[in-house]
Formats: sequence, structure tokens, C-alpha cells
Amino acid sequence: MLYFSFTKKFFLLGTCILIAFLALPNFLNQDSNIPFVPNKTVNLGLDLRGGSYLLLEVDTETIRKEKVDNIVDDIRSTLRKNQIQYSSLSSLENGAKVYILKEEEVNKAIALIKDLNQTQNNLIFSGQGIKDFELSNDKGNLVLDITKQSMKEKNRLAVTQSIEIIRRRIDGLGVTEPSIQRQGENRILLEVPGLDDPQRLKDLLGQTAKLNFRMVDTSISASEAIRTRTPSRSEVLYDKDLVPWLVNKKILISGERLSDAQAGFDQMTNSPVVNFRFDVVGGKAFARATSKNVSKPFAIVLDDEVISAPTIREPILGGSGQIEGGFSVEEANDLAILLRAGALPAPLSILEERTIGPGLGADSINSGKIATTVGMILVLLFIFISYGRFGVYANVALTLNIIFIIGILSLLQATLTLPGIAGIVLTVGMAVDANVIIFERIREEYNNGKTPFSSVESGYSRALGTILDANITTLIASVILFFLGTGPIKGFAVTLTIGIITSFFTAFVITRLIISQWLLKRKPEELPI
Amino acid sequence: MKPIRWIKKNTNINFLGLKKISIFFSFLLCICSIFSIFIFGLNYGIDFKGGTLIEIKSTSKIEISDIRSRLYGIGFEDAQIQTFGSDDTILIRIENDNVINGEADLNASKIIAKELGNLFLIQRTEIVGPKVSSELIQKGVLAIITAVSLMLFYIWIRFEWQFSLGAVLALIHDVTITLGLFSLFGIEFNLSIIAALLTIIGYSMNDTVVVYDRIRENLRKYKQMDLFELINNSINDTLSRTTLTSVTTLLALFSLYFLGGEVIRGFTLAMIIGVFIGTYSSIFVASQIIFFLGIKRDWSKN
Repeated sequence: MLYFSFTKKFFLLGTCILIAFLALPNFLNQDSNIPFVPNKTVNLGLDLRGGSYLLLEVDTETIRKEKVDNIVDDIRSTLRKNQIQYSSLSSLENGAKVYILKEEEVNKAIALIKDLNQTQNNLIFSGQGIKDFELSNDKGNLVLDITKQSMKEKNRLAVTQSIEIIRRRIDGLGVTEPSIQRQGENRILLEVPGLDDPQRLKDLLGQTAKLNFRMVDTSISASEAIRTRTPSRSEVLYDKDLVPWLVNKKILISGERLSDAQAGFDQMTNSPVVNFRFDVVGGKAFARATSKNVSKPFAIVLDDEVISAPTIREPILGGSGQIEGGFSVEEANDLAILLRAGALPAPLSILEERTIGPGLGADSINSGKIATTVGMILVLLFIFISYGRFGVYANVALTLNIIFIIGILSLLQATLTLPGIAGIVLTVGMAVDANVIIFERIREEYNNGKTPFSSVESGYSRALGTILDANITTLIASVILFFLGTGPIKGFAVTLTIGIITSFFTAFVITRLIISQWLLKRKPEELPI
Repeated sequence: MKPIRWIKKNTNINFLGLKKISIFFSFLLCICSIFSIFIFGLNYGIDFKGGTLIEIKSTSKIEISDIRSRLYGIGFEDAQIQTFGSDDTILIRIENDNVINGEADLNASKIIAKELGNLFLIQRTEIVGPKVSSELIQKGVLAIITAVSLMLFYIWIRFEWQFSLGAVLALIHDVTITLGLFSLFGIEFNLSIIAALLTIIGYSMNDTVVVYDRIRENLRKYKQMDLFELINNSINDTLSRTTLTSVTTLLALFSLYFLGGEVIRGFTLAMIIGVFIGTYSSIFVASQIIFFLGIKRDWSKN
């Protein structure tokens, strides 16, 4: 156990130097760019650098409803186009049903609707071989049932789109290094470091941002419509001052046709506005609509809220326009961001939020550093007075262990959180355990009358089983914690797991190397333990 | 300098002989803990209960009554307000179902930030919706059950079943008492406490395994020795290690408790309590159970 071949020594020393090298950038000045020194430092968690952690959920219920509505619309238009008589077409919880009046047309209807399945299928580009719905026929009563796979695919797509749109919205805020990850089937985990206004981020994410342009219904006033009866082609919507507007349900142009939106100032009034530009198709449609409706008011509607309802003074042919909504500068900016990023496929809800201010984060780093240093010094002192010369060796291993943890954290780019610092401090306390077990063993063997050399030899070999058993049980706990824990807990599990593994190396291998060298060189008569 | 031996050479304390006292002590603690959990309950934090937590800081002392009246004014009558660490820092907790006017939980933080944001520095906001909080409970319980089962499985493979059973009972003992102390002192029970509990379980298991290891070794070495004496010797053999490791771990934990900042104080306190109980149980509970169950000694006679 005490013999180390030259290759082995070389290898061990090399490992130590390599890992210490990886840890080096953490102790250097941020900006120093020394050649050959790696520049990866420990990745600080949001609780240490400040920032927001948001768990979002895509509202799959909306997606399901939309899907059902689409299918009903498709059936209606297909049957009409082919002049098949039907009745009681309605949507179901998870599909639609329709009754075909003439028996001889049932088969034709089934074929047509099945074709629908095909076209729908092609629309979902990656949905190869996925059937959109199952169709059953009971004497002309056709029932469509949307398949689970199709719905799953639809949700998956919605989450992917949402992630893209969230990314664009956050980029609009000018935040660096946001992390956006899919989690589970319909969730998105968002981590945004160093944000000064988390509320603004939440407000931006809280809106679906479906924009559309519609004509204002001027046949009766909005208040009259509320009092009496709203015309079936229109609906009452409100603006942010809760003033009601009677607006056509028919959409002239939707926000998907926008190609750009920028916040700016009105040239006359100097108040903040949003300038927008349509794409070619949208521009043409806008030109047509404005030419037809000169001197009539139209409404710009965002998520069922009227943001502005100007009167068309003259046809707008250039494909661009301006929204004046009595905005503040920030509101105009945010609206422009939302319009540029596009609409979310479904509303997002925030399930969980954890926001840490940068000040608190810095405090935590500071107190973490102090606690680690003091804890370390106390343990080093205690080990020294308990084991003397051997204690010094254990302390070398302990210090090396901390450097190793930092080095491996930097290498893996694992996230260091506040509980992670606690994990390091705990490892400091527990890493010594292996050396304590070994040294106690050596003492025992020595007291039983063995020579210094064989005491150390058998101390190490006998302690090995115990150390492994003890470390594996703790390792089980920390690995489970890593896989089942979230956020900060995961950070704790990471440092603890790394710490257990590195401490075995430093406490069992490195101290053995040092002690064996000392024994071979000095050949002591007595063991100072 | 000559090394100091904290525990004398060849100690011979009759740990098993202290059976009456240790069993009485353990039962008393466990029963008190169970009572405490039933009477006071656990002080669940927003992680498990759902709700909003806001930490605000000022340059000078913040009057709780001032915050209370401000929150009262905007409809949060049931907000829990307390100082956090020092009197210039305040924690506000709002439970999901306490929100007035049917406001969604997200709005609570928005309204409070609007009211207090100009006067104080908002250091931390945590909002946990009911969906997530119930998942977090499930995950926490799942983590503990999986970890414990795997550890016991490992011990069962490495040792005899008696050891595994002894370790289980010692663990139940440790967790019960830790939870009891939590409920007694009203320490907030949150996600990080689950992590602490798991670490305590790991630590206690670790301690127990070291003693068990020695018992197994002595069983092989001294085939004729009386089991009572053998277990006692094993505990005494490892006593120095048990104590020293507890001391080093506690040194690290106490420095974290006093210097590591307010945010992880609850977490550290849980660990400190756990280290004390875990050390006690590996000496007095786990080995006692093995003695009680008895171990087959002679492998040649089946």
C-alpha cells in the first residue's frame, strides 16, 4: 500500500497540478488574460449573482380548444363546398360530431373528412405517420376523436414556439445570457441573471400579444350595445381606461403580418408611439382596408384590449403606420418588443418565481467566503492539534480538496449556489473523516506494537473498507438529491457529490503518498501520532 | 508538539449497559417529538404551502408595525411579517388563500412591490403556485424514500439483515426527533430543509456504518467473545473517530451558522441538530438494536 511506482507518482502529481490549474482562474482577477491559463470560472447560481428564476406553463387547454374549433370549421367548409347536407355539427370535449342527413352521402362525407386528416397531418411537419383524429360512424352520426399523439405533438410544437418567442422578448429587454429550457411536457424553465426590473419581465411574459386590426362598429354606440343587445357581428372590448368600444369580430389584418415594430416619438406631439411596418401581403390588405374606410374609426386590439382606435384620415398605402396609445416611453418600448417578437401560441402562466436582488447575492457570496474560510481554519487547527505531523498531511489533503472542488466545478461549468457553498463547508468537515478513520487505525495498530511502517501500511488497508462503506452511503443520498432536487438544492447536491469523490482521492491517496515518502526518507523509530 | 488525544487510549465505557437510560431517553424524545408535531405541526414555508415571500431591506431599522399597517391598507390583513437576521431586513409572507379580492397570487407581489418598492429595497421575491408546491412535497418525500431505501439496500448487501434493521430504526429515530425539534422551535420547513434532512440521514448512516464495520470485523476476529462485550468494544474502538468527525463537521457547520448569512441559517441549524442526534443514535440506538436482535456467530453450524 505504501509503495508508489514512479509512473504512479508522476500520474498523481500530474492530476493534482491539472485540477489546480483548472481552479486557477477563480483566484485571479477577472480581466487578467494570461496565456495558457483557462478562463472558465465557477458558474454562479442566480441566488449568488442575482436574477430571476421563473417556471412557466403553456396553457394546453387553449391549444386543445383551438384545435377543436379548427376541426369544426374544417368540417363545415368541406361539407358545404361539396354540398353535403348535414346537421348538428358541434364541438366535443376532444373532437367534433356531425350528422349526415342523406344516407347515400355518408361514405362520401367520410372520405372527405378523412382527407382532412391527411392535410392536417401534413401541416404538422414532424408529425409523420401521426393520425390527427379517429373517425367513427354510427348510421350517419360521425364522431371525430383527436388522437393523443396528435395533441401531444401540437403541445410540443406550442412549447417550442413559445420558447422562441420568449427568447425574442427577453432579447428585446437587452438581458444577457438568459437560459430557457423545456421542462416536462408543457413547461418552460427560465433563468434570467441580473435583472433590475423582474416585474417588467413578468408583464412581458404575461401577455399572449395577439394583435389585430378591426373596424369599429358605428351602427350603435358601445354603451347602447351594453345596455341593449350587441350585434352578432360585433363585440364589446375595453381600453386600458375601461372605456368600452364596439368592435367588429371580423379581423382586417392580424399581427402575424407585421414585419417590424419600433418605439419612437410622434413628430407633432412628441409623445411616445410605436411605429410598425407590415409585410407585403399585410401592406396590401392594409392599403385596401384603409382606402375603403376613409373617415371611419378602426381599432387596434391587443389580447382583447383596445390599445388605440384612431379614425382613418386617408388611405395608408405605404404599408406602415403608427400606434398612439397614450403610452409612457417604457410602455411604447415594451409594446414594440411584444409586436416584434410575435404572439405566443397559447397563454403562459407563471407557476413559480424566485427573484434575488444583486445586493443580496453579493452579500451571500461574501458571507459564504467568510464562513468557508473560518470553518476551514478551525478544522485545520483542530486536525493539527489532534494529529500533529499527520494532521499537517491531512490538512494539505483538505486544502487540496477545496481546490479540487473549485477546479471540477469550473471544468463541468456546474452551478455554484448558496446551498452549494454550504455543501463545500460540509465537505470540509466530512472530508477529514476519511483521514480520521485512517489515523485512528494507525494509532491502534501502533499501540498494538507494530512497527511504524507496518502500522501505517495496515492502517490504510484496514480503513479502506470502512471509508468506502461510509462514503458510498453518503454518496447515495447526494446523488438522489441531485436527480430529484431543483434549483438551489441541486447546487448543494453537486458540491457534496464532487466533494465526496475528491475527498476520497485526497484523503486516501494523496496523504498516503506524502506519508509514505516521509516514512521512506526518514525511517522514523517512533510514529508521532 | 505532541498530538492531543481527546479520547483516551483503550476507553472502556459500557455503552450497552446504559441501556435503561438510553432507551428511556430515546423513547421520551421520540414521543415528545411526535406530540409536538401533532400539536404544533410543522411550520411549512411557501415551498410546500404555496404563497408569496418578499424580503425588503432598508438602511435603518424597519418598524414592523409600519409595514403591517401599509399592507393592511392594501388588503393583506393576514400577511406574516418578521425581521430576518437584523432589524433592517423584513420578511413578508402571504399565503395563497389569504389574498383578498380574489387576486391571483402573482398580483400579491406586484401590489406589494408597488406599495413598498419606493421606500425599501426589495431583495428577494419568491412565489410558489399551488401546483408547484404540491409537486415539491411529492418530490421531497420521494427523494427521502428513495435515498433511504437505496442506503438500506446497500447495508443489507454489505452486512446482515440485523444491521439493516438497526440502521432503519436509528434513522426513523433521528428523523422523528429532528422533525420534533423543528416543530417545537417553529423552524421554517422548506425545500432546503429536505436537503438538510437527507444529509442528516446520510451522515447518521455514515456514522452507523463505521461502528457496524468494526462490529463485523470484531465478529470475525473474536469468534468466542460475548456479543455484549464485543459490541461494547467496537463502539469504544471507534469512539475517538466518531467524536473527532462530529467535532470537525460541527466546527464547519457552526461557522456557517454564525457567518454564512441569514438565508441558510435554518438549513445549517437543521444539520447541527442532525449531527448531534446522528452521533448519539449510532452509538446508543443502532448498536443496541443489533444486540437485541442477536447475530448468528458460527457460520459452520447452519
